[in-house]
Amino acid sequence: MLQSETGPRIAEVDQAWTEGAPRQAPVVSRAASLRTWLPVTAATVICLGAHWFVSTTEPPAETRSYFIFLWSVLGVSIVLAAAQVGWPSLRRWMRQMGPIFAAALLVLVGWELITAGFRWLPLPYFPSPAGVFQSLINDRALLFDSTWHSLILLLGGYALGVIAGLISGICIGWSSPVRYWGMPVLKVVGPIPATAWIPLAMVVSPSAVFSAAALIALAVWFPVTMLTASGISNTRASYLDVARTLGAGRRYLIFRVAIPAALPSIFIGLFMGLGASFLTLVVAETVGVKSGLGWYVAWAQGWAEYGKVFAALIIMAAFFSTIMTVLFKVRDRVLVWQKGVIKW
Amino acid sequence: MVAESAMEASSLRIREVRKSFPAPDDPATRRLALDGISLSLAAGELVSLVGPSGCGKSTLLRLIAGLDSPDSGELMVGAESIVGPNAERGLVFQDPNLFPWLTVRRNIEAGLAARHVLHENRHEVDEFMRLVGLESFADAYPHHLSGGMAQRVALARALINHPKVLLLDEPLGALDAFTRMRMQDEVLRLWQARRTTMLLVTHDIDEAIYMSDRIVIMTQRPGRIERTIPVALRRPRDRSSADFLQLRGEILELLHFAGNAVAI
Ligand SMILES: Nc1ncnc2c1ncn2[C@@H]1O[C@H](COP(=O)(O)OP(=O)(O)OP(=O)(O)O)[C@@H](O)[C@H]1O
Ligand SMILES: [Mg+2]
Repeated sequence: MLQSETGPRIAEVDQAWTEGAPRQAPVVSRAASLRTWLPVTAATVICLGAHWFVSTTEPPAETRSYFIFLWSVLGVSIVLAAAQVGWPSLRRWMRQMGPIFAAALLVLVGWELITAGFRWLPLPYFPSPAGVFQSLINDRALLFDSTWHSLILLLGGYALGVIAGLISGICIGWSSPVRYWGMPVLKVVGPIPATAWIPLAMVVSPSAVFSAAALIALAVWFPVTMLTASGISNTRASYLDVARTLGAGRRYLIFRVAIPAALPSIFIGLFMGLGASFLTLVVAETVGVKSGLGWYVAWAQGWAEYGKVFAALIIMAAFFSTIMTVLFKVRDRVLVWQKGVIKW
Repeated sequence: MVAESAMEASSLRIREVRKSFPAPDDPATRRLALDGISLSLAAGELVSLVGPSGCGKSTLLRLIAGLDSPDSGELMVGAESIVGPNAERGLVFQDPNLFPWLTVRRNIEAGLAARHVLHENRHEVDEFMRLVGLESFADAYPHHLSGGMAQRVALARALINHPKVLLLDEPLGALDAFTRMRMQDEVLRLWQARRTTMLLVTHDIDEAIYMSDRIVIMTQRPGRIERTIPVALRRPRDRSSADFLQLRGEILELLHFAGNAVAI
């Protein structure tokens, strides 16, 4: 802190600031980015070839939509390759994502060959990508409906758990009497997995959806409370001292000093809570609630429709990952003042 | 004590203050950090506090700010004893301690926001940002600032409350010589305009002579006041005048500067 500050240094920083920080934006040449993008187009062509080769043994109804899908991927990849010529930010994105897309397409090829091609895996349980894609399209209405129900249940339970967790975490972190009485409760009740309460919750509550929301809230509440409380109680004393000498009262100390100082820790709690909420959601839907993606998977499995099972799993992956990404974006927005936050 | 004017209300009296801390190696025993400090500052007086590292200067400032309480002794501002922190006694800490989640502008506003008077006094925020020369950094977060810039923000943040008593703990220590002299003049200008009572901790003898009415020298830990030296030079002072240099020589002599391992 006692580094000496020299005139030129100020001028330098000043300039860098007013002109915008010199972000290291790599200049990506058109040819280089095309080289990293070409594998995507090539992988799509391989996909098409593999599918054409395999599909001769499958009923055409199963394979038509997958063909259409692959042809559109090919079309889009060619259009993108052409569009990047005059669009530097797209070029940068393509250069970064090209290898990932190509690898994903090759995974599809491998999957197709292992299942429909060589039939190495027992068939009803492991359908080909074409079959899964067909199930996805055929059952889209029910899948959409299930996703919607899952979303409502998840967000309801998560919001409830976050609000409860923030309130109890702030109280426990700030006030020592509350900490004295609250901590033992937290230590005993908190570590029980929320799913362990399911049998009890089903008996006690009149509505399965309601008790599922309560269980998700419970699963979220524990980590959020824990990390909020530790964040608040670890607020640097000097920040509180500064605020006191500036004339701050208790409200300011809690809401404008301790809570902002605890935000990095609170966000860790929010992420842990989110993970716990996914788990609790799926388990609750599988065993009790009669809607949602968890229910859909169990239901499709009951009818031995494994194409639908995989379709639902794919939707679930996209669904959870999107929600996670949204939370990361919120975190990045809220914690801009921190240096070196991890990007998702 | 009959007619106590508004000026007197900002005088500072410290009587026989002692403060001990648990010893770091043996928490059962306590070690004295301040041993019977008595010091009075008239309203509007600017006093410098000089002493070796660890002699309890920051501890004394925390006591005056009301952040800690003494083991024994009495601290009073005007006719009231100090019982806790208050916006009337501003403290610029040795570390800037800016709130990292607030921009420069919001850090400077913090005192006004904490006292719910931001709305009426918003115009002052720009004034104080100009004062410390950080207008172009208004929307920067503290981690973008150098140590010296951060210290300037901390200074503005304390000044905006117009405290009656301002406690400065090496506020200019991290600045380069040029900025430092400019800030000394700015602090003096504010002091003269407001007649704030100021207690300034510094390691820089020139700064102490240039700024203060009196210089208080503390001893090695446990801190006691060794002596008080009045600075009778006329303001504005000239750092290269013969009187200045003579006083400087005397003070260095007093501190046994050559023989003593005291880090000033
Ligand atoms: N909170 C505390 N707990 C224990 N000991 C403390 C505490 N604060 C200060 N001390 C002790 O009191 C003594 C005086 O510390 P202080 O910070 O006031 O010194 P200082 O004069 O400001 O030194 P410097 O010039 O290096 O800033 C030190 O020996 C320190 O170890
Ligand atoms: Mg100190």
